[in-house]
Amino acid sequence: MASTDTTTKAGSATTARDDLAGLEAGLDALDAVQTHRTPVREVLVKKVLPPFLAVGLVLLVWQLLVAAKVTDETKLPALSAVWDSLADMWLGGTLLEVIWTSVSRGLLGFLLALAIGTPLGLLVARVKFVRAAIGPILQGLQSLPSVAWVPPAVLWFGLNDAMMYTVILLGAVPSIANGLVSGIDQVPPLFLRAGRTLGATGLRGARHVVMPAALPGYLAGLKQGWAFSWRSLMAAEIIASSPDLGLGLGQLLENGRNNIDLPGVFLAIILILVVGIAIDLLIFSPVERWVLRSRGLLVKS
Amino acid sequence: MATTLAKAAEGSVAERTHAARIGHVSKSFSGPAGSQLVLDDISLDVAPGEFVTILGASGCGKSTLLNLVAGLDKPSAGSVETPGGRPALMFQEHALFPWLTAGKNIELALRLRGVAKADRKPEAERLLELVRLGGAYGKRVHELSGGMRQRVALARALAQDSRLLLMDEPFAALDAITRDVLHGELTRIWAETGLSVLFVTHNVREAVRLAQRVVLLSSRPGRVAKEWTVDIPQPRRIEDADVAELSLEITEHLRGEIRRHGQH
Ligand SMILES: Nc1ncnc2c1ncn2[C@@H]1O[C@H](COP(=O)(O)OP(=O)(O)OP(=O)(O)O)[C@@H](O)[C@H]1O
Ligand SMILES: [Mg+2]
Repeated sequence: MASTDTTTKAGSATTARDDLAGLEAGLDALDAVQTHRTPVREVLVKKVLPPFLAVGLVLLVWQLLVAAKVTDETKLPALSAVWDSLADMWLGGTLLEVIWTSVSRGLLGFLLALAIGTPLGLLVARVKFVRAAIGPILQGLQSLPSVAWVPPAVLWFGLNDAMMYTVILLGAVPSIANGLVSGIDQVPPLFLRAGRTLGATGLRGARHVVMPAALPGYLAGLKQGWAFSWRSLMAAEIIASSPDLGLGLGQLLENGRNNIDLPGVFLAIILILVVGIAIDLLIFSPVERWVLRSRGLLVKS
Repeated sequence: MATTLAKAAEGSVAERTHAARIGHVSKSFSGPAGSQLVLDDISLDVAPGEFVTILGASGCGKSTLLNLVAGLDKPSAGSVETPGGRPALMFQEHALFPWLTAGKNIELALRLRGVAKADRKPEAERLLELVRLGGAYGKRVHELSGGMRQRVALARALAQDSRLLLMDEPFAALDAITRDVLHGELTRIWAETGLSVLFVTHNVREAVRLAQRVVLLSSRPGRVAKEWTVDIPQPRRIEDADVAELSLEITEHLRGEIRRHGQH
């Protein structure tokens, strides 16, 4: 009691400051986000196991249907027959070649679409006149099935790679451009204003604020762009097969139909599906997850 | 040549007399229901090194006024001068960029100001030290607490090296204890750097705790209703009796302003 009375003004000021520093350290310790790595075992159980179980279940049902003879072999081939086709291709050395033909086309087409779709998206997002002129068309193109482009592309270019890439571009460019446009549209105005007060206007604003802020939307567009590229390519390969084009997955499917080889058809479909998913899982999903996580937009459950 | 020199001299004189001059500023927004007058003939000077708080009810046009001073918007009438160049603005939300770490957010401000690449990192670290966040350089925005974010935002605003700092209810969303701590930081930094500060709040005690001068705005339209000079010596605390007493007086006026609107 007495000591409080005799404390000088200066003394109380310093204790107040020490007090503040201690308080602050306490608050920060309380507030700081605790991060920990999920153990590998947990990842295996929670992320890897479920899809494997689901695939296993589908295969099991398939085999049961075959065993129960619900339909005959010409409608639903046995799992083992599909497996034999796969083994044949593998042993014949054509499997990887066929996959690579399609994947290299798909990825090259996608990269071309990226190179065209990105500046196009920027232009549509930033220039009012361009947006009014081609914005709605770009949106509409997304709902046009890309198979529709195969006949005109064949007439324009004949049966060659140029025709394939044209179909891919017409399928993928709109989704990449639209992804970027919606990414830019969804940039919170607060970021733009903050950028302006910091002096990021014009091109510097685009580089330091608009583009990084639009990145999540842009990536979503890229993912969709890949799906469209792959789909368009398969449509092109199925419809326009020709010996000069080299054997891709689409042609494999078409050949299966022509040879009435049902296990081969099933194998081709499964391969198309698996490759499409694998590219997404190996390339796009990790990039997207990394971007979202670094911004705290991905909630771990 | 002579005119530019004269202009430069005039500029520096202006800089010595005021950090910001708001002269007869009015602002109206045109909406679907016609045009709405938000600010009406506001005149206010902020002296160099002065700490002014603007106080007013929610929706009275405080943010609008600050946006005008920051140059993010143009007044409908009147003029805004900031002789010291573009002011720094700290928003009500931290407005840090989530794709950059705390340190890189500050470095971006330095970069846009024209600081050489080699000097940016040490300067960013010095500024973080100034807001007592020495260890936060590599932290992502979402890894920081609300109070830490506001401090990083303060450091980023300081990185602009403006002579005038505009703050729009920067601590409104924080709990009382964190806010107290940040009040202490802000007054310390203000005293150390000699900045001019224009601080917007609707919290009367906060206004009195911080400012040398409190300006009360009326609502609809916003006008300068009354001004108080606060000569309680720093360091103050929000629970000091002097602060409480003046706050009470100002609150009475604020209540009066709000009550006026109920009468018609
Ligand atoms: N861009 C705008 N267009 C139309 N009206 C606006 C606009 N910005 C603000 N207003 C109006 O101006 C008035 C003042 O808004 P302002 O944001 O400046 O208030 P404030 O004093 O900052 O309020 P608060 O304390 O809640 O932040 C409000 O009535 C608001 O509806
Ligand atoms: Mg406001």
